[in-house]
Amino acid sequence: MSDRRVAVLGAGMHPWGKWGRNFAEYGVVAARAALADAGVEWADVQFIAGGETVRNGYPGYVAGSTFAQALGWNGARVATSYAACASGAQAIDVARARILAGLCDVALVVGSDTTPKGFLAPSGGERRTDADWLRFRLVGATNPTYFALYARRRMELYGETESDWAAVKVKNARHGLSNPNARYRKETSVEEVLSSAMVSDPLRLLQICTTSDGGAAVVLTSLEYARSHGVADPVTVAAVSTVTPTFPQTVIEMPYLATDSAAVAAPPERLFRDAIAHAAYEEAGLGPEDLSLAEVYDLSTALELDWYENLGLCKEGEAARMLHDGDTTLGGRIPVNPSGGLACFGEAVPAQAIAQVCEVTWQLRGQAEGRQVSNARVGITINQGLFGHGSSVILAR
Amino acid sequence: MTSPSAAAPVPAVEGWFTAGAEPSLIGSRCAACGTYHFPPETFACRNPRCDSTSLEEIPFSRRGRIWSFSVNHYAAPPPALNSDPFEPYAVAAVELPEERMVVLGRVANGADLSTMRVGQVMEIVVEPIIAGAEEIVWKWKPVDA
Repeated sequence: MSDRRVAVLGAGMHPWGKWGRNFAEYGVVAARAALADAGVEWADVQFIAGGETVRNGYPGYVAGSTFAQALGWNGARVATSYAACASGAQAIDVARARILAGLCDVALVVGSDTTPKGFLAPSGGERRTDADWLRFRLVGATNPTYFALYARRRMELYGETESDWAAVKVKNARHGLSNPNARYRKETSVEEVLSSAMVSDPLRLLQICTTSDGGAAVVLTSLEYARSHGVADPVTVAAVSTVTPTFPQTVIEMPYLATDSAAVAAPPERLFRDAIAHAAYEEAGLGPEDLSLAEVYDLSTALELDWYENLGLCKEGEAARMLHDGDTTLGGRIPVNPSGGLACFGEAVPAQAIAQVCEVTWQLRGQAEGRQVSNARVGITINQGLFGHGSSVILAR
Repeated sequence: MTSPSAAAPVPAVEGWFTAGAEPSLIGSRCAACGTYHFPPETFACRNPRCDSTSLEEIPFSRRGRIWSFSVNHYAAPPPALNSDPFEPYAVAAVELPEERMVVLGRVANGADLSTMRVGQVMEIVVEPIIAGAEEIVWKWKPVDA
């Protein structure tokens, strides 16, 4: 089989925060940082891929062309990807495919967002045929409501407690302390988490990630281009998984009000989150035992524990023990969210999956100052968003 | 132009449930493979191994057990409707035994949220989305043991 790797030649971010500026500014800052990191001129970029979110506007607003225009039109070909929380990874996948097809050598992938205060909400207007509109109107089912449903299942199945999840927050807060791109850089305690306001029982405010402004970008190139650019041993993309669920999807997912029915078709061999990871491992020819670190989507602290199991880092039901044993803390067997994760960043939807890739890139280069995983060789990212979207990227060096 | 009087209840969404003494969710069942769907499908069966476009409307089981639930302590943003003054409300994910699926719904007004637990038997009721609202919707109500 031919070599299906591409190089991550550059990575860059605009710090996460609540800056209240136009999202395109964050995208330009991140893009210029990634280009400078790669040593590539914007004029030499042949393809630009944007991660898009659709909210408070119209489709196409947060798009590849917005960044191309803001950077100064250079005639590059363009694509825009909408895949909710996986938008950035899907944009990476599009750029990767174009490079592997030999249609270009240098691609820039950008995602950025400006988020409203409070809960993410559907677009305005009365849209009674839109599942996302209906879940708010009919049921009042916010995003944290769904996170709470999953969290309570862990309590029910494995006897986990709020304190177990609070320990995830404490770990991630410590990891993110010296990350210059993190929005929150402050230690916390189990007691502080457990005394924060109850939002969606059993999840309290400090067990749920916030929404943030931010931008992230990567420069992807062919391996030949990287070599000709003097980078003989670049960080490479070994896999990008963007699988959809398999029918019947038996776990309730945003924004739907019901699961599929398992009355006729048997449940799939792998549930969706497991399938996202499995496809990435299979494509890379690697397994959980090969990982040096993982960046997972801790939309809630309890969800981080789900990911340990979905990634095969431990058996089902053993994630809390793994956490308490220190396995997923920096210095442990397989550090999870050395960046600080969403607990320290908050979510900037179309940028977040790219930000995960930036962090793993820096880790594999040994440039993650203050949070470096020692001797990092292989890292994985994973996330999931609404409408059946999810992604996982494996990077190796 | 005819319009309902201000007091007349209006289904928040058409064709997904019936009201009355014995309300139920209205789903669809594929005439070819028997797969259930909710909300009801009207065009094509979503079982990927079935290419049928023959779907029949069917009332769903009226009772099921809680798979999971949450009590929301903050008002949800529009287009959600919230009580004024705001009162915490519960959302239950209820597993229907016959249909082998989980359906979300608000928990009925006045239910004792402090005693809710996974596995609890719930029954469908149809009520205003919040007390006093014109729009009605299905909800899950705890069945007293």
